[in-house]
Amino acid sequence: MSVVRQQVFRNAYRDSVELMRIASEIERLPGVIRAGLVMCTPANLVIVAEAGLGKGLDPAAGPNDMVVALAANDDAAAEAAFERAATLMRGAAAEAAGEGQRFAPTTIAEAVAELPEANLVLISTPGAYAAAEALKALKRGLHVFLFSDNVPIEDEIELKQLGARKGLLVMGPDCGTAILDGVPLGFANAVRGGSVGLVGASGTGLQQVTCLLDAFGAGVSQAVGVGGRDLHEEVGGLMMLAGLERLLADDGTDVVVLISKPPAPTVAAKVLAAASAASKPVVVNFLGGDAEAIRAAGAHPATTFEEAAQTAARLSLGSEPAPLDDDSTNPAALASGLQPGQGIAGLYSGGSLASEAKVVLKGLLGAEVAEQQHITDLGDDEYTVGRPHPMIDPRLRSEKIEEAGHDRQVAVILLDIVLGYASHPDPGGALIPAIDAANAAALANGRALAVVASVCGTPNDPQGLAAQRAILSDAGVHLAASNARAARLAGLVVQQTAMREVPA
Amino acid sequence: MLPNGVQALNIGLAGFAEPIAASGATVLNLDWRPPAEADAQLGMLIARLEDDPDDAVGARVAAANRTALDRLLGASPFLVDIQPAGAAIAGLTGRMLLHSGPPISWDRMCGPMRGAVIGAALFEGWASTPEEAEGLAQSGAIGFDACHHHGAVGPMAGVVSPSMPVVVVENTAAGNRSFATLNEGLGKVLRFGAYDDSVLERLRWFRDLFGPTLSRTLAATGPIDLKSITAQALQMGDEGHNRNVAATSLFVRSIAPTLVRTAGEADAAAALDFLRGNDHFFLNLSMAACKASLDAAHGVPGSTVVTAMSRNGVDFGVRLSGTGEAWFTAPVGVPDGLYFPGYGPEDANPDLGDSAITETCGIGGFAMAAAPAIVRFVGGTAADALNYTREMYRITLERNPAFALPPLGFAGSPTGIDARRVVESGVQPVINTGIAHRLPGVGQIGAGIARAPLSCFADALRGLAAQLQVAGAA
Repeated sequence: MSVVRQQVFRNAYRDSVELMRIASEIERLPGVIRAGLVMCTPANLVIVAEAGLGKGLDPAAGPNDMVVALAANDDAAAEAAFERAATLMRGAAAEAAGEGQRFAPTTIAEAVAELPEANLVLISTPGAYAAAEALKALKRGLHVFLFSDNVPIEDEIELKQLGARKGLLVMGPDCGTAILDGVPLGFANAVRGGSVGLVGASGTGLQQVTCLLDAFGAGVSQAVGVGGRDLHEEVGGLMMLAGLERLLADDGTDVVVLISKPPAPTVAAKVLAAASAASKPVVVNFLGGDAEAIRAAGAHPATTFEEAAQTAARLSLGSEPAPLDDDSTNPAALASGLQPGQGIAGLYSGGSLASEAKVVLKGLLGAEVAEQQHITDLGDDEYTVGRPHPMIDPRLRSEKIEEAGHDRQVAVILLDIVLGYASHPDPGGALIPAIDAANAAALANGRALAVVASVCGTPNDPQGLAAQRAILSDAGVHLAASNARAARLAGLVVQQTAMREVPA
Repeated sequence: MLPNGVQALNIGLAGFAEPIAASGATVLNLDWRPPAEADAQLGMLIARLEDDPDDAVGARVAAANRTALDRLLGASPFLVDIQPAGAAIAGLTGRMLLHSGPPISWDRMCGPMRGAVIGAALFEGWASTPEEAEGLAQSGAIGFDACHHHGAVGPMAGVVSPSMPVVVVENTAAGNRSFATLNEGLGKVLRFGAYDDSVLERLRWFRDLFGPTLSRTLAATGPIDLKSITAQALQMGDEGHNRNVAATSLFVRSIAPTLVRTAGEADAAAALDFLRGNDHFFLNLSMAACKASLDAAHGVPGSTVVTAMSRNGVDFGVRLSGTGEAWFTAPVGVPDGLYFPGYGPEDANPDLGDSAITETCGIGGFAMAAAPAIVRFVGGTAADALNYTREMYRITLERNPAFALPPLGFAGSPTGIDARRVVESGVQPVINTGIAHRLPGVGQIGAGIARAPLSCFADALRGLAAQLQVAGAA
């Protein structure tokens, strides 16, 4: 059985050729037997009637009205055809854009019109404009990856509260990295896929843990960055909690890792309460935070990023992972020729890696000696005003390395080399001239100098882990398999130096 | 984690898109620039006014705009009669004149508008010399108000006096009426500020013969569907503002037999002869139809839809549906265009007239794709014409299904200017326009294309935001 249906578009003039074109498209729709689109002039209505499409047509339809008349298999097919006809009458987006389209979208509204399935916006504009873009994205139901820094904390709170209300992620502000469903966002590394899901208030912390998971033979399901202030009292860990909830609901995630500097106590309590209720094992790295509280919550504490990666790898793989390639460097040998009282110049591009180094040194040397070491985060706002981040631009770090070469107080230069998408194409090689110059300056002063570094990366990163290690190694840099190990090596060198007898 | 996989928009560092694309996910780079001319506070205000069903302000704006758009797109303007302005337009009584644009006093009026005022005073018999007319205006003996405040629109100077016949257009969907004078044609005409005997003679003929003749004709034809004529004309090379030859022809065709039957032979011939020689006759009908449609969309609290753009030769003014009777103004500039022999930009008056009501309604410059001939005024190509319309899609909320544009695959014309989109993108609405000499009495010296100043739209949004008590609004 078929049905004959019409829909009249009042006051909708169309040229007959155009109407015939639409009719031919409507006729090709499934379930449509015959379609006629005409202006309702007396002559056209005769044609519609003769085609068997006139039965039931509204007698009020006049010459200024357009009718879509159909024979269809059923009402549903007819309805679909009317809807398609209405769309075609409005003109499809592609048609209006035309071949000569030359307007790239400049706003989120325009971009969404072009990509209606969009579900995420990456924002790396100057900070003054970032919150407005993020707000527009959230209002449209899009997740936000907010790389921009210099976003006021009040804006962060507003955005995250809105995101939490709407069930959307607000990754940032000042969020360096994320990996969602295997897609790298911002500064991310090419890590193996797997079952470890991470939430981190620390960009390079997330990078270090994901890279070490890769080295331990485990893989990453998701890595959600939330920005360094998420676990501050005022923000309340909103996005770490939201990220944790998502990971617990994510079928691809078996083990969860949470990474942050020590949170505000109230926030730590909230996060640990959520971790303790979790259905999956949770590894918590609160860089130097309270391990007992974490254990009490039934979670696995990790002091360093390496420990977090190792624990998560063990939980994910079900067995102890193969150890990392061990460092062959002997600290005592490095210390020979160094003078007591000399110390470490840690020149970091990753803020969280710098923090981790301080935690490691404090554990090794004690608070007092650790305090005397100079660990600097060159990615901090005070160094990046008006210039790119040291992960992109090696110039500032090169200057600082050369200065350290001339500084008689420096025994060890400690570096992090961060690989991955969006980083400098050759971050190790870019520092070699400065390292050579520092070594030469020390030699000229009759000093010994040890340069210790770790490379945060994977074999699949664009820069290549092995290639970067080789470049550094060839320049005499002592390489450790992780940042924690590099910091430890540097600390041991200082310790050995201090223990040496002052030569007569 | 994301049900359909990552489908990302990338704002800022273009390099962030590469690894996303390389991993097989979808990513679209924006050609982003700081919104609202890099005014971060205004940019934030726009973000707060954005649609959002979960937010009190966002939900209200979205619903208000939907209402305004439905009224605009659903409007059904018909020409119902031609009557003396004083009889048709409420409030136009005594020694009072309406003018184009936002309200303006005599002492601030530009040359062409002063010329039209003088002409109207002479035509009405309030003065017998131009000097006397000026004296009356100067002394306050003539009242002035904006056409827009009375449901009326006038091209260029837009001066309407009580004895002038006006078209009466009714939006049958909402029942509201709008009015416009009869188009005088080109050359020396009152709307460009000319007031010599030929101008006054034509106005008298309008009043005594032409207007009444058309009125009788319309009584016999019944209401004439103006939306339908515009829709057809857009497929015949008109854009409904600066090119009206097709619409005028369609209009004449629809009334001619009845005109001949209802008027004496001499009057019918004179009327038809005048219409034959005036390709722009339909402009005033087009404007009145647009005004009737936009007035229906006006007055929806919370709506950011623009319901009037207009110029009085000194100020450019904008009204939003949601900001009531307020005008948001900025100084108006000289259009970019071509000049008649012997004239140049130094002779031009800043842009003038209510005719931007057509663009506000989604035709005119917004429908430039339909009328490639128009871009010749600025030395443009047919491709430029398409791009003007494509650009206007960026600042409008809808495509009007009633106004299909053949060169763009019959897409509907860009309709419903959203002040948020204008300010955010910095895309200035494009307006097709005639150019008047800056001195009264000279008349038209060219035609061209103008752009609406952004600051009016920004001020209008600030006004709306304050009304909605948006955080951060003044």
